[in-house]
Amino acid sequence: MKFTLSWLLDHLETDASLAQIVDMLPMVGLEVESLVNPREALAPFSVAEIITAEQHPNADRLRVCSVNAGDKILSIVCGAPNARAGLKTVLAPTGSYVPGAGITIKAGKIRGEISEGMLCSPAELGLSEDAGGIIELETDAPVGVSLAEYAEQSALIQADPVIEIAITPNRGDCLGVRGVARDLAAAGMGTLKAIDFSPAAGEGKSPISWHIDDSAVALVPLVTGRMFSGVKNGPSPKWLADRLTAIGQRPISALVDITNYIMFDLGRPLHAYDGDKITGTHLTITANSSGQEILALNEKTYQTETGMLVIGDDTGPDDIAGVMGGERTGVSDSTSNMFLEIAVFDPVSVATTGRKLNLHSDARYRFERGLDQAGPEQMAGYIARFVNEICGGSFSELTVAGNQHYTPKKIAFSVARTRQLTGVDVPEAEQRRILEQLGFTVSSSVADSWSVTVPSWRNDIDGSADLVEEIIRIYGFDKLNMTELPRSSVIARPAYSAEQKRAPLLRRLLTARGITEAVTFSFLKSDDAALFGGGDDSLRLANPISTELDMMRPSILPNLLQAVSRNNNRGIENVSLFEIGPIFLSPDETGQRISVSAIRQGNIRSADWRHTAAPVSAFDSKADILAALSLIGVSVDNITTSRDAPDWMHPGRSGRLKLGKMDMGYFGEIHPAILAHYDLKSPIVGFEFWLDTIALPRQKGSMKPLLNLSALQPVSRDFAFIVDEDVEAQALMQSIRKAARDVVIDVQVFDLYQGEHVEAGKKSVALTATFQPKTASFTDEELKSISDSIITTVGKNNGGKIRGA
Amino acid sequence: MSDLDKLKSEFEASIQAAPDNDALDAIRLDALGKKGRISEQLKMLGQLPADERKQAGQTLNILKDEIAEAIAVRAKTLSAEAMNKKLAEEQIDISLPAGERQQGYAHPLSRTIEEITAIFSDMGFVIAEGPDIETDYYNFTALNIPPEHPARQEHDTFYLMPDETGQRPVLRTHTSPVQVRTMQAMKPPIRLIVPGRTYRSDHDATHSPMFHQCEGLVIGENIHMGHLKGCLIDFCRAFFGVEDLPVRFRPSFFPFTEPSAEVDIGCSRSDGGLKIGAGDDWLEILGSGMVNPRVLENCGYNPDEVQGFAFGMGVERLAMLKYGIPDLRTFYDSDLRWLRHYGFVSSDIAALHTGLGGE
Repeated sequence: MKFTLSWLLDHLETDASLAQIVDMLPMVGLEVESLVNPREALAPFSVAEIITAEQHPNADRLRVCSVNAGDKILSIVCGAPNARAGLKTVLAPTGSYVPGAGITIKAGKIRGEISEGMLCSPAELGLSEDAGGIIELETDAPVGVSLAEYAEQSALIQADPVIEIAITPNRGDCLGVRGVARDLAAAGMGTLKAIDFSPAAGEGKSPISWHIDDSAVALVPLVTGRMFSGVKNGPSPKWLADRLTAIGQRPISALVDITNYIMFDLGRPLHAYDGDKITGTHLTITANSSGQEILALNEKTYQTETGMLVIGDDTGPDDIAGVMGGERTGVSDSTSNMFLEIAVFDPVSVATTGRKLNLHSDARYRFERGLDQAGPEQMAGYIARFVNEICGGSFSELTVAGNQHYTPKKIAFSVARTRQLTGVDVPEAEQRRILEQLGFTVSSSVADSWSVTVPSWRNDIDGSADLVEEIIRIYGFDKLNMTELPRSSVIARPAYSAEQKRAPLLRRLLTARGITEAVTFSFLKSDDAALFGGGDDSLRLANPISTELDMMRPSILPNLLQAVSRNNNRGIENVSLFEIGPIFLSPDETGQRISVSAIRQGNIRSADWRHTAAPVSAFDSKADILAALSLIGVSVDNITTSRDAPDWMHPGRSGRLKLGKMDMGYFGEIHPAILAHYDLKSPIVGFEFWLDTIALPRQKGSMKPLLNLSALQPVSRDFAFIVDEDVEAQALMQSIRKAARDVVIDVQVFDLYQGEHVEAGKKSVALTATFQPKTASFTDEELKSISDSIITTVGKNNGGKIRGA
Repeated sequence: MSDLDKLKSEFEASIQAAPDNDALDAIRLDALGKKGRISEQLKMLGQLPADERKQAGQTLNILKDEIAEAIAVRAKTLSAEAMNKKLAEEQIDISLPAGERQQGYAHPLSRTIEEITAIFSDMGFVIAEGPDIETDYYNFTALNIPPEHPARQEHDTFYLMPDETGQRPVLRTHTSPVQVRTMQAMKPPIRLIVPGRTYRSDHDATHSPMFHQCEGLVIGENIHMGHLKGCLIDFCRAFFGVEDLPVRFRPSFFPFTEPSAEVDIGCSRSDGGLKIGAGDDWLEILGSGMVNPRVLENCGYNPDEVQGFAFGMGVERLAMLKYGIPDLRTFYDSDLRWLRHYGFVSSDIAALHTGLGGE
């Protein structure tokens, strides 16, 4: 919402400076978006008076002027035809830059005569295009005063500051300058000037009257209109055109400009019909039109639909009520009879229609935020006189329709409510003053049972909290006392629950393991989602910003792969990334999971002078996921690995982890076909698991189980088994643990061999088992018995034979 | 010079000249072995007259100890020399690069959320969560944003395809729905924050279709706007680590709060740089207000009995201001160079006792 300072001052009687006004606006809730003050550019210039103007001895068109600059008398050579003794004009002193002339003034001689400054035309100051002569100021203009200061009082200098403010959706009343002035007046920035809202009788009945169709009755509480006959349309008066231009509106013709002006001045949209173009004697408002075309004033055609509020004559609809008028019945330069509509339409109806037609207008913006409910009748007289003054002619009586004449809203209020919500004691008289200055009326003098009547322009007020807001925003948020929240406990309790704490712990673990955290979008391309088990239509965005981002993600891996690809394309290799964030299996609440995912690309260790490069392997991701699961309390010793990883993983080099029947995630190499899809080179490994499906460890409290450290040294024994090549290491390790359950504390695989000396189809697996004696060191017989038991069990369960035996 | 003196100087000379342990062992044998020359002389002591025997015995024993000592000293010297020789051969080029392990970094967004959490945790807040895919009811209606209200249009909402009942799930446009979910599920007093992902259909230099907010909610019997002011001023000062940071409250509008306030912090700009702190300009930092009585009613509370305040802040904006990150879009690009520059190593934990980085 834009307005100029002088426009505001039409409504506000104030001594406040522009700076004070601009500082106050945000403090009452009207955020200043921009301030353009052309007056600042006028600061270098000042008011001066020509004392004498003599013919230049060496130039016919020049005069040598003696100029009173306030503090000194200057000699200035001037070529303006109107330079004459006694004229008050504008001086550009030496050193100042004259924007219209593009020069910086220097003292010097012009054709042999001294010149110590320049007297300026409006064009030279950039104020207008008038270059016909130097500016002629009022005779009482104070000599020596800066032009910036002088411009604040004088209408001669067209340098009106333009203020733009943001209006929150609740303040439809401030979409007119008068509403802004009212807030400022209430905040102590002066007084709201009176405006003559008395009715205007008019002559004779309007030849056009309203008809509200049954379908529209509920949506049109009140509409008025009247005919203006014999009006003279043409260019607007300069002041009106200047104001519209200043706020970025293009002046069109007096009748159109008047409707615009009233909209920005009073927040009241109007619609002007050419009375001679209306067929019949009625304008019908209906919500029951469909399939009819309206050529709107923006020169686009719109089709009516049932439910849309439209207005038409006997020919058909030609106005989208509250949104935009039609070309057929609109005013033109030749209009001499105008029918002017002032209406209140249902805001939701206007908003819905505007949204359906994707049609935006200043009128719709105001209608959907709610207009002054009493406006159609109360403002009619003022508007009629306004039109009459500018365009002449005569006007008819008001024609009125709608069965919901405005009845003011009343709210029961206790002044104590203000303290209750804000903690501030605002004196009762002050609360009353603020409400009254904002247009409310307070009908009781008993402080705890006021009946407050809401003004017709404040549709946003519907309860006592709203009244408190009005009082405190005008009283000043700076007067709120900074109060500490009472402490709920001396030492703060943890903010994270046991479940929530896992994500930050995992973040620290994974970064410590050399993986960097990424944050990627929750949506991706639906084709990519389908590659990762997603792509269900129930998770498709109805209005994506692009087809690249039209599906909720079923996994984080595709996003991480894309991120690797982007990095590789920038020459960054060996990218390890993880993300902890949501994935979506269905649109309902239970379908959202917190996924923990990571990938590693390139070398886990780069080549250097000590090592050759070590490319990432499935086991790097296995180590990552096991470390992660272990951190959040999963007993990883009991985890089993199976080959049923998802389709997007390499079928031979990936695995799924299970604890009993519980899915603990998967790891391994990404499927080469997926990598090809993202234009990535093998290998890339990764893992994914889901926090929601992992139970918290049972242990409560801080107590750890008692540690029993044995004084006896553990003993290790190595075993090399020849087994069929498809026997899994996991099975051998399980057999060893099972065979010596009481004493085995660790089993490791230290060698894996196939080739010479090992039969084809077989492999050699060498393991170290570590045994812990409990009460006394093992005897040789005991160790032999443990070893024998292991060999027997592996033989029986896995078909393994000791190598070399 | 007696024979013994001669023997002594002979042995001492050969000990000093012994090139290695083997030579030294040979000397030991020659002197002190069973058939060594000193041992032989000791054996012959018995043949001496009694009065000479004692004197000679003492002299010989002293010689024996001296030779043994000389051998031990030489042995030490030899092993020290051998060690030095070996070490001299083991010299490496210590200017060679050490070979770093790859370091991982936490994203500045998660770091910022941890900082926010650390501060509010100290004020007794806990974390609450809610789904990213919301119903129209929780995202709008329960928060006093009726259909077709202009406030709804400002949200640029993403919708999913309608379900079988024709309802269109929404991607939550703010973290505020969690206010309603929490209030419906529990009784006051409530103090919570809700950091999380939010979505709006807008994509340009200053808008991302996905971003992060942190909601806050305090409900109690006598919680008023002064508490809101105190709580948020404390937060802003702790977060930016500026003790005297000016914080300004301006009236605003949010459908779910009444009265509503925007919160600005002081700043100054010079040469294109931005400095948070007392200055001549203001930066909008968060929105807040007293929970609208209608929202309390929607949650089954009696607005005459309980009241409180809510606030919401953009996490990216806070991170950008605190860490001088110029471009919003870079947050989601996963450029490793960016993540390493703006990220945090795992040992750098956001905690009040170690500081939050703005001090």
